[in-house]
This record gives sequence, C-alpha cells and structure tokens, in this order.
Amino acid sequence: MADRLGLTSSQTVGPFFHIELPWPDGADVVPEGTTGAFWIRGRVIDGAGDPIPDALVETWQADVDGGFEHPDDQRPRGERTAGFRGFGRCPTDDAGRWAVRTLKPGVVPSADGSPQAPHLAVSVFARGLLDRVVTRLYFGDETEANAADPLLRGLSDAERETLIAAPTDDGYEFDVHLQGADETVFLAV
Amino acid sequence: MSMTTVHGYAAPPPGVHPPLDSPGYRSTALRAPARQPVVVPPGLTEVTGPLFGAERVGPLDHDLTRQHAGEPVGQRIIVHGRVLDGDGRSVRDTLVEIWQANASGRYRHERDDWPGSLDPNFSGAGRTATDDDGYYRFVTIHPGAYPWKNHQNAWRPAHIHFSLFGRSFSQRLVTQMYFPGDPLFFQDPILNSIPDPAARERLISRYDHDHTEPEWALAFSFDIVLRGRTATPFEAEDHDG
Repeated sequence: MADRLGLTSSQTVGPFFHIELPWPDGADVVPEGTTGAFWIRGRVIDGAGDPIPDALVETWQADVDGGFEHPDDQRPRGERTAGFRGFGRCPTDDAGRWAVRTLKPGVVPSADGSPQAPHLAVSVFARGLLDRVVTRLYFGDETEANAADPLLRGLSDAERETLIAAPTDDGYEFDVHLQGADETVFLAV
Repeated sequence: MSMTTVHGYAAPPPGVHPPLDSPGYRSTALRAPARQPVVVPPGLTEVTGPLFGAERVGPLDHDLTRQHAGEPVGQRIIVHGRVLDGDGRSVRDTLVEIWQANASGRYRHERDDWPGSLDPNFSGAGRTATDDDGYYRFVTIHPGAYPWKNHQNAWRPAHIHFSLFGRSFSQRLVTQMYFPGDPLFFQDPILNSIPDPAARERLISRYDHDHTEPEWALAFSFDIVLRGRTATPFEAEDHDG
C-alpha cells in the first residue's frame, strides 16, 4: 500500500550532532547498579579500516522477559527490570568507540512466530551516512539459540559473524564495519 | 500458545531516501556499505520503539533564544508544524530534537573552526514534544550558511537538523529542514542526494505569514511525515505465550 502522504526524507546527522543528541544518561539502557548489567562496547569502522569518531550508535531491545513496554506488544509480561528503558544512545569517541550498559533480552518471536535468539536492534548514524544503517547484535555465548535464529540461519558463516558480539570481561564487544571486507550485514526493517 | 499481531510499517517509496552511496557527498565514499541490506520481515523488535515525549523536555528547551542571559544575535524565527505518519495520523507526545548553527553559520562545536563568530547567547540545541495534534513549535534564530570542504567553494544552505523517534524503531528519522528560496540549493550534494524532486521540496519549510508574529518573529512551517503502517497486520504464533 502506498503511503497517503509523502514521507519526509532522511538526511545525514552531520558532524555536529553532539550539541544535542548525546544525553547524560544515553548509555543507560538499564540504570547503574542494576543486577546482572554488563557493557556492550564496540567501534564503528570505515571502509579504510579507520575508526569513525563522529558516529552515533543507538540500540533498542526487549527486557529480560522478552517483552516491550509498548502498546504494540500485547503479550502477557513476565519479570520486568526496574528502570529498564530498552533504548541506548552513545556517540563514538576519537577512537571510534561506543558503549551501552544493558541486560540480555529475553526471547522475542519473529514475524512467523518462531523464537529468535536474544538480540538488540542497532542504528548507526554518522557524517557521510545520508540515512541511518540498521543491524542486529546477537550474543556469542548463545550458540544454540543463534543456530536456530531465523535471520542468522539465512546468512553465510562470514555474514553471521558480523552480527555476533564476542563475550569480554565486562560484557560483549561488537564492532560495526560500514564498508570493506568485514562489512557488517545491514538490514531493511 | 497465543497469537501475536505484528502490524508492520510500509517500505518507503523509491526516491524518498538518499542512496547511501552518493558520490557528490564525498564523505560517503568510505562510509556507504557496498552490499544491499537484508530485508527483515517486521517483528516486535522493529514495530516497537522507545516512546520518548514530554518527560525529556524542560520548560525552556523549545526556545533557543532564552537559554542564556542575553538575546542571541540574528533574525528571530518560529519553526512549527506537525508530526504525522504516512496515513495522516498525528504522532502524539513524541520527542523532537533539533540542532543548528548560529546566525553567523557557526556551530558551538569543537570541530567547527571556520572564522564565523560564536554567539555567547546561543547554543543551537533544542527539544520539545508534540501535543495531541502532533503539533510542535520552536523559537530560534535563522541559521547562517557555512562553508565546508566537500567541493570548490562549497557552502551548506541554511538548515536545522531534526531528530524524531515516532512510535517505533522502524519510524526513526534524522533529517534537515531548509528555508525557502535559498540560493545555495543548486550546489548542495546533501539536499540533492534525494532522488525524488518532490521529496526534496518537502524538506524546504514554507514561509508562514499567518503565524508570523507582528514586531517579533517570522514563522516557517515544516510538517514531518514518518512511515505509515502496512495495510494488513501479520498474525504470528507466540510460542512463549
């Protein structure tokens, strides 16, 4: 179905978004002190392999019960996390690094109802990106769930690897490669 | 086992959003992905999203002329409009964030070092939430044009950056609003990266004499249209239910 009104086009976030978009609490998908919280840290990298110092990464995810605090999610809820926002936002630093503090989300059904592996939706904005790019982050220690995930199953091994965050001492590591041999699999959602 | 109804968002028509690989805008060269994105059927992760609204907005956040001790230099303007979805529905209580250069075309940002003057009374950042009709309103200063190094004698047309969430991850949008009659459009690869001329035109605000306030401020109106829903919801079995 065609949209009735003409949509507003995307434009680049540009190099100067820092004067508004980063929030003091941007990285807090869950508040400091939340039991079980960990950090997801990563870099955003360009086609020459250089870190991108003027990107903005945003994340969106379900709570530990797999539920979303949103009218489109009418399923019965389980355990909820106090102060859970589900959303994270972090600009990259001079080394192209970003981080958010979060919890591993529960299981969310896919469009056909089959269970999906725990995942975060990720947006990347940057100077030089005229529209955001969207990807997903999966967890490297969810081997069984990842093997059954409908999206991951449709990808080659090399493609899958670009969506899987590696466990670290304080959480997970997830780099986004906008271009090049290790280019991340991006999604149209 | 229960059913989950997932009502997705329609794909944007071709030509509305710029291709990421737009050679006229040089910074795309090493940042535009080479491969086409993988199409993901709409699921709960994508149709839900953060519902930010008035709770993130302070009383003076919408008025960029009253954030300091004195008045900023420049032409005072009102920028207002509605946030709608593609079906014409108001997007209520949604956060609208803006940022812009001052009247000299200078951003208050460490990486902006061209010799335009800074204004101690202007930060260039604002936010507000839409009302029940999807209406928003800012008071600010007409931003100046500024030079950049994309091509010989390159100047960005005056613009205000906008960031919107809508009601879902799928609707997230960052864009720029331009001003009518700007002579710099012809050489701007960012505005001209949009293939559809009608879509480019929609990023240019309209001078709005009805809302111009006598002896105080010029008004410009700018409606923002986010993606609408698809016609048919998707019924999915919920194995967790």
